[in-house]
Amino acid sequence: MHAFDYVAPRSLDEALGVLAEHGEEAKVLAGGQSLIPLLNYRLAKPRVVVDINGLPLDGLSVAKGRLRLGALTRHAALEESLELARYCPVLREAAALIGNVRVRTLGTLGGSLTYADPAGELPMVMLALDAELAIAGHAGRRTVAAGDFFTGPLTTALAADELLIGVEIPMTRDMGGAVEEVSRRAGDFAIVAATALVRVDRRGRVDDARLAFAGVGPKPVRIAAAEELLVGSEPTSDRIAEAADAARAAVAPEADAFVSAAYRRLLVGVLARRALARAAARALAVH
Amino acid sequence: MRVSLHINRRARAVDVEPSSTLLDVLRDTLGIFDVKEGCGEGVCGACTVLLDGRPVSSCLVLAPTAAHRAIVTVRGLEDDGELHPLQQAFLRHGAVQCGFCTPGMLLTGLAFIERHPGADREALRHAIEGNLCRCTGYAKILDALEDYARESKRG
Repeated sequence: MHAFDYVAPRSLDEALGVLAEHGEEAKVLAGGQSLIPLLNYRLAKPRVVVDINGLPLDGLSVAKGRLRLGALTRHAALEESLELARYCPVLREAAALIGNVRVRTLGTLGGSLTYADPAGELPMVMLALDAELAIAGHAGRRTVAAGDFFTGPLTTALAADELLIGVEIPMTRDMGGAVEEVSRRAGDFAIVAATALVRVDRRGRVDDARLAFAGVGPKPVRIAAAEELLVGSEPTSDRIAEAADAARAAVAPEADAFVSAAYRRLLVGVLARRALARAAARALAVH
Repeated sequence: MRVSLHINRRARAVDVEPSSTLLDVLRDTLGIFDVKEGCGEGVCGACTVLLDGRPVSSCLVLAPTAAHRAIVTVRGLEDDGELHPLQQAFLRHGAVQCGFCTPGMLLTGLAFIERHPGADREALRHAIEGNLCRCTGYAKILDALEDYARESKRG
């Protein structure tokens, strides 16, 4: 690892001041599970590492129909949270799939979202949940919808002098949800991952459906064509298969060193079907 | 910079470069060689230590961020010269071959079983999926963990 200055600000203002001063030369350290490998391999050579672990940015609260999570909430805390089991089980399910147990001990929600790996579970789930990301900068605060936050592989709408401080998720307690993924080995990033959320009305017909994928392009995607197919009818296995076909037709994944584009596309269909079936069963159980 | 590290129930003041990892400090500065270096990217689990009771990759922790937190290496499992019951289970079951993964297996397994007493084999298999062993095929490691998990439930 090359030498760098280490600062551990005690307040958000102090942290933003350091970022404003150093811009691109500074790297924010949260859980470190993506940054430190880059430092170990000298793929990142920041002049300053800004350790934000001393900032009061963790914790989970529920208010006014929204779930709020601090950026420093650890994956392990998401995975074990009883509140999430009640208010947002799909997020809990996604957190349990991240990396290995050591990554989940230290890794943070904000870190995963700002790192924005195209195969990451949390960016995909935030997109499915219509989450809003709260950002603080030297000039003030702003909110960005998950759909606008992820702009490409490892790139986001966050400026170098800004800090992601948390997320707000509109409540989805009446929806059933599920996350499915296939990876080469346990703990690897997914080849393809899918998140499904389904709500049914009193007659058992779908009135809200969300289907998001990771690993099929430069950033996580929602497949509106598949979602629209489901709304208005009962979530039968035939309907779900149609929606999965629509998803497979809508994506344009690329090959990499390990898998072909055709295999990725196949996984989109299979994982869509599995995730939607589980989400629909849970949605029906809500009633 | 000078930091205070609490390692195996003992506080030690250490001079560290901010860019050194906890693994570097444990091995190179303090000579605590029961922590192994494998991949250097958090995948293999050989450098596992417990930080406030939870497993972390010490190769992915900057030393200053570990200050004032409880660090346990496998050496810290011994009590008054007696091996920990999980270590004894590893011996009984022949769960050690070359030994390189053993510290990580013990610490990861122990942290999991403390949170999930009586965990079954499937849960234990899932718990150690981030710790690679290239010798044993995992069967005897799981036998030992399962044995200790049963013991822990009887408590």
